[in-house]
Amino acid sequence: MTAPEAIALPRSSARRRGSLGPFAIAWLLLAVVVVLATMLGTTSIPASAVLGAIWNHLPLIGGGVSVEQGWERIVIDVRLPRVVTAGLAGAALASSGAAYQGVFRNPLADPFLLGVASGAALGAALGVVLPIPALGYSAVPVLAFVGAVIAVVLAYTASRTGATVSNTSLILAGVAIAAMAGAATSFILLTSNERALTIFGFLFGSFNAASWPRALTALPYLVVGITVLLVYARVLNVLQLDEEQADQLGVDVSRTRMAVLTAASLTAATAVAMAGVIGFVGLIVPHVVRIVFGVDYRRVLPLSALLGAVFLIAADMLARTVLRPQEVPVGIVTAMVGGPFFLALMRSRLGALR
Amino acid sequence: MTTTTSTDTLLRLRDLEVRIGDASIVRGVSLDVRRGEVLGLIGPNGAGKSTLLRAATGLLPLTHGTVEVAGAPLTQLDRRARAQAIAVVQQLPEAPPTMRLAELVLLGRNPHLGLLARESAHDYAVAQDSMERAGCADLADRMLGTLSGGQRRRAFIARALAQEAPLLLLDEPTANLDVQAQCEIFELIRALAANGAGVLVVVHDLTLAATYCDRLVLLAAGSVVAQGAPHEVVTSANVARVYGDRVTVINDPSHAAPIVVPARAGDGGNP
Repeated sequence: MTAPEAIALPRSSARRRGSLGPFAIAWLLLAVVVVLATMLGTTSIPASAVLGAIWNHLPLIGGGVSVEQGWERIVIDVRLPRVVTAGLAGAALASSGAAYQGVFRNPLADPFLLGVASGAALGAALGVVLPIPALGYSAVPVLAFVGAVIAVVLAYTASRTGATVSNTSLILAGVAIAAMAGAATSFILLTSNERALTIFGFLFGSFNAASWPRALTALPYLVVGITVLLVYARVLNVLQLDEEQADQLGVDVSRTRMAVLTAASLTAATAVAMAGVIGFVGLIVPHVVRIVFGVDYRRVLPLSALLGAVFLIAADMLARTVLRPQEVPVGIVTAMVGGPFFLALMRSRLGALR
Repeated sequence: MTTTTSTDTLLRLRDLEVRIGDASIVRGVSLDVRRGEVLGLIGPNGAGKSTLLRAATGLLPLTHGTVEVAGAPLTQLDRRARAQAIAVVQQLPEAPPTMRLAELVLLGRNPHLGLLARESAHDYAVAQDSMERAGCADLADRMLGTLSGGQRRRAFIARALAQEAPLLLLDEPTANLDVQAQCEIFELIRALAANGAGVLVVVHDLTLAATYCDRLVLLAAGSVVAQGAPHEVVTSANVARVYGDRVTVINDPSHAAPIVVPARAGDGGNP
């Protein structure tokens, strides 16, 4: 192999657009949207105060910037936990969506495919109506998480024959479990009177219960889940071929699928427990990333996480500002704004392939 | 073929039987693929060719018999070791239409990479070399969805080469290709064998098989009907027995291998 040939491939193919460019852009976008979303609200706070307040609260190095007391409190105690929660949920939903689409080789797969959303909704509904004084209000996210995990475990168990799980039976089992959990949630809604509104809030997704303790509780699950997904990114590329080819290229398809689905479900369940059922993020963000940056999962997964965070922080910013002081459920914003954008991008892509 | 030692035999099937449910799809099949040769597997639809290929790569469990790859029983190899020893190109392999050709070829390096590994400069060099050998290096940047049938075949052969496996199994590499592309693909296969690979190729076109393969195995109803040099296997008697009497075998002195042509009912026998 001569040197020019050896470098021809990376330059001409997967690394064509440069390996750092997209990530630098994504991090920059994230920084901008974090500051912007923290500035906007009932009281507008200047960017300098936002940055100062954040700097003052950085561990070890931070402190010393004088920021108006009231603004600092709003930034640190009110807006930032909400922005961080939205960012974490967006990263979780988009990366798990990308992983589901990769494992099922189905562009319509989303993080809620295996009953995560309906299981979480049922758990949340139970948390709202059942008196569990020991847990207090935090019963809702905990039970939502438990409900999501139970739904996915049931879907796995029901569709397993021996050591293998077929994609089709997994999806069918997920649909059946979603239908049952959905029916139970509807029944609770019908009989819960004035508490129904709280449950509805969960079903459409919202960040108004965001707090530092909640975000920090969710963090370890998200770190573990997303890290496992990133580890499997290269193998997910092989899985984009059919199962037989992946096997012939040395991939243990069943084990890989299990690992990825477990990590993705954990990640999605955590997001749902934090913020309720927010549709569309896990579907469109990975597709936008694929359309713009190509199909290599080593880009698709991390970029989906970053841009999912950007997208959901921006959507939540709109959700709490467009009808100020009233809030719109963030799930409505993600669909109303993300939908047309996605359709336009898809059309232009179809034109390019033709 | 000169005398062969055991290390020259890359694939050795002995008395293979594969049952799917109650049906015996393949039985009593023994064959060897040696280093540097192209072995053609021929036979009518449903003869068990693809089943045999899949059993030989460990995708289907054997009911009876043994498969040895370069002297080692297939059952003793784990998935990655197997993928380092055998490279397979399926009949119509799936891949995302927006995947670029070079990305596909790089997937052939997977058997050599651990879970946490990244492709090294060496892996990129092997992929580049594989594309050049398969004659598709100029298409490296193209999306798979934009390739012609022949180009697509080259892309998957390049991926198989990137595995650096001594044994290549190709399931109908010329299906759906025009006659020029068929010849080009088989010239490529011959070049790979000349470089030391052992190739087992499933072929439907008997003339093509007889022209390009060193030896042929004729399979019918799951059993070997004949094996040997092309002119020993593609004979009027064998062909009539397996494909019926609508097919004529011509031994034309201008062509080294037998030519198989369809004969319309009522046209009579050999000219």
